[in-house]
Amino acid sequence: MIAAMLGEAWVAMGANRLRSFLTMLGMVIGVSAVILMLAVGQGAQQQVQASIASMGSNLFIVLSGSVTSGGVRMGGGATPKLTLADAQAIAELPGVAAVAPSSPGTAQLVYGANNWSTMVIGTTPAYLKVRDWQLAEGYPFTDVDVRSATRVVLLGKTVAQNLFGDEDPVGKTLRIKNGPYVVLGVLAAKGQSLDGRDQDDTVIVPVTTAQRQLFGSQFPGSVRFIMVQANSAAEMPAVERQMTELLRQRHHLRQGADNDFFIHDLTALANSAAETAKVMSLMLGAIASVSLLVGGIGIMNIMLVSVTERTREIGIRMAIGARGRDILLQFLLEAIIISVIGCLIGVLLGVGGALLVERLSGMAVLITASAILMAFAVAASVGVFFGYYPARKAAAMRPIDALRYQ
Amino acid sequence: MTEPVIRIEHLYKEYATDAGPVPVLKDVDLTVMPGEFVAIMGPSGSGKSTFMNILGCLDVPSSGRYSLNGADVGAMNQDQLAQLRNQVIGFVFQGFNLLARASLEDNVALPLIYRGIGRTERLARANELLDKLGLSSHRSFHPNQISGGEQQRVAIARALVTAPKLLLADEPTGNLDTHTGQEIVALFAELNQREGITVVLITHEPDIAAHARRLVRLADGRIVHDGAMAQATPAAA
Ligand SMILES: Nc1ncnc2c1ncn2[C@@H]1O[C@H](COP(=O)(O)OP(=O)(O)OP(=O)(O)O)[C@@H](O)[C@H]1O
Ligand SMILES: [Mg+2]
Repeated sequence: MIAAMLGEAWVAMGANRLRSFLTMLGMVIGVSAVILMLAVGQGAQQQVQASIASMGSNLFIVLSGSVTSGGVRMGGGATPKLTLADAQAIAELPGVAAVAPSSPGTAQLVYGANNWSTMVIGTTPAYLKVRDWQLAEGYPFTDVDVRSATRVVLLGKTVAQNLFGDEDPVGKTLRIKNGPYVVLGVLAAKGQSLDGRDQDDTVIVPVTTAQRQLFGSQFPGSVRFIMVQANSAAEMPAVERQMTELLRQRHHLRQGADNDFFIHDLTALANSAAETAKVMSLMLGAIASVSLLVGGIGIMNIMLVSVTERTREIGIRMAIGARGRDILLQFLLEAIIISVIGCLIGVLLGVGGALLVERLSGMAVLITASAILMAFAVAASVGVFFGYYPARKAAAMRPIDALRYQ
Repeated sequence: MTEPVIRIEHLYKEYATDAGPVPVLKDVDLTVMPGEFVAIMGPSGSGKSTFMNILGCLDVPSSGRYSLNGADVGAMNQDQLAQLRNQVIGFVFQGFNLLARASLEDNVALPLIYRGIGRTERLARANELLDKLGLSSHRSFHPNQISGGEQQRVAIARALVTAPKLLLADEPTGNLDTHTGQEIVALFAELNQREGITVVLITHEPDIAAHARRLVRLADGRIVHDGAMAQATPAAA
């Protein structure tokens, strides 16, 4: 019975190919939009998550903060109030796993005929632990290097590639601001940061080397920021409180005076970024779903026209013994076939489109089986839902009225 | 005593129109026994088609009783009526009413779909009938590729494919020339005689009605004559 009906539905659609195709088009666009949007949204979400994972866990970043000096409010990090000694004091606090004072700056790196301008971070060996950053090759520098401000450098992947190409950088000497630096190691690739920077476009040197050789500061021993890793997420509030107290004490801030530093909870920041990405992904999906809905209404529209146009056929079928439910099934099957075929084409186009977007724009896309299944399920139910009303209408006709219809 | 195929008692039918209800059939009684061949005649607008549609369970009377094979049609639901149309009644229309999209064999096989019969058997039965009606060479043609007389044969084949007890035909020759009309009505007569199928047909043409063995005349919604077909009738009309 169903097989016979399917055959008939197929013939009916074949009889009006252009219309069937146009009806399908609504479904095709809807489904491919949903799949494409989900792929882009989920891709972005995945990228954010990867960035968060690459940042390190349970992190604080302590910046020297604004103080009002002479009525001028100065930007965060502009006044070098944080020092290496502050960092050492923080390291003593309970609940603190690692502390990495950092002094970043930009500099031109030269190796042979190649040069590359990049961010140079002066820091301590703890930085790698805090950022959970592995070495791809070579060895990290040590506290000894920090104490004696040796000219050694760790290269980010991007820098290594741009300066050395296929050559192995480890052990080679490059020049930063005309000084020779020995490459100790190459950092493992980390990819994009939350704000879209290439985290591998950076090099790391001992903090003392940065201060003395590269970015000579008017406040000796000062650092731009201190990264602090807590033992666990649970200990973060306590660590934050103690750091605040400690730093106020060390900076001799009077009761009631503003902090001259900022403590950012990077984990909270990351979570809100992840939340934003998720919302964006959902919104993309929602927008695309609207086109699916429009496709469904298109099906309903065409099926209604089709029911009216084929009223006589319905009458003939009823006259020779079709029951209401046979007519219902026939029209429902047509709607379902249209939406399922439209869906299949939509899936192909959506996946193809997503791959194309990835190819052309470099945007991360993530095509998941669950997204495809969902789009498919929704589209099929849209077909049934919007096909039902016209089918119902056809089935409810009285045979004589249907036969007399001109 | 054998049971009548059709038993109609005090049947009324009125149509609701904007100008109020219009009575079309007024107190009609009719009994048709198995194996009869009845012609219904009457002036245009006398209610013949209205009556036929009720006989074919396509429409329902406003009041009165209709028993088909002893079963009260008025007490049946839509699905049961559909089943009657599928299994007991074969209906032939003036305008053939074939599905333009389907091939002749698919058209003939169509009623069997609603019995849940598989495609192979459906087509076997359809082709058997097309054979019998001399259309087997056209089986894969479409309705618009054959003549009106052939289309009506296909429609008759479709009505017969379910092996009905009762064949109803509303002006089956109305769209055909005299010669082809005679061929079609001869086919009805043959089915009636050879296979004992009860036939009720409406016609305006005395030459067509002459093939029947009983004549019912309707005028203004009432039966004004009901009796054996007199040989003189064609001449009288
Ligand atoms: N659906 C309807 N609504 C209102 N009036 C109708 C309807 N169908 C038929 N009638 C009226 O009922 C009367 C009988 O119509 P019917 O079709 O039964 O006549 P008929 O005897 O078959 O005529 P003909 O020989 O021309 O086919 C006519 O006056 C017609 O106007
Ligand atoms: Mg009529």
